[in-house]
Amino acid sequence: MNTGTKRRRAVVDQTACVACGCCVKACPLQAIEIVRGVTARVNEEKCVGCGRCARECPASVIGIREVEA
Amino acid sequence: MKKRWYDYLWIASVLYLLLGFVNILFAWLGLLCFFIPLLISLIGGTKGYCNRYCGRGQLFGLLGGRFGLSRKKDIPGWMKSKAFRYGFLVFFFAMFFLMLWNTYLVFAGARDLREVVTLLWTFRLAWNWAYHGTLFHPGVAQFAFGFYSVMLTSTILGLVTMVLFKPRSWCVYCPMGTMTQLICKMKDPTRP
Repeated sequence: MNTGTKRRRAVVDQTACVACGCCVKACPLQAIEIVRGVTARVNEEKCVGCGRCARECPASVIGIREVEA
Repeated sequence: MKKRWYDYLWIASVLYLLLGFVNILFAWLGLLCFFIPLLISLIGGTKGYCNRYCGRGQLFGLLGGRFGLSRKKDIPGWMKSKAFRYGFLVFFFAMFFLMLWNTYLVFAGARDLREVVTLLWTFRLAWNWAYHGTLFHPGVAQFAFGFYSVMLTSTILGLVTMVLFKPRSWCVYCPMGTMTQLICKMKDPTRP
């Protein structure tokens, strides 16, 4: 449903992610996980875009974007 | 978040590095850091080792994070490129096999035991004070010196990139991490 409001979300560049899992430890809402040892994936429902994972990511491949809620 | 037993594995990493200064034969324990991640990725198809159990990563996280020994800057683009990561993996393993070859030469009796630790594949440090003889073949000790050289070298590289970039920058180009991710990619049933 598009309510016209905007929310912040973490977005992972999955081609560059090294799947180290630092973001998983940093997330206070358990909204990010490592999928099959290949890449990190954000749970769109849980993520509030606080940016802790982005700060922690050693490869700096997580960005915070504004998306339609 | 509640701490689990595996959140303290950084202590094991510190102990490992210290034990190498006491008796070099302890270096053999480092093989755990090779085989456990490989087995987890080969059998489980995950990077569970990196994600949970890697004491070295935790140590960098602690020193660079809580102790503030990191500039927390972005790692340069080339260091996270596939070319560099795979290139470093190949280089690391080439050096590893060279170390195995040198160990073989000692086992075969073609070369005497060298009681040195080689840092950054270049600088030879006398390490005889941590060697008190072995019940086994001198080749067993030669492997220990070689393996400890690998572990100390990678720790130093990790510490340098920890200071320069983000605490766990080592994780970006860690050869074990690159290799286990490669295994996971090959095992991934949803891979394109």
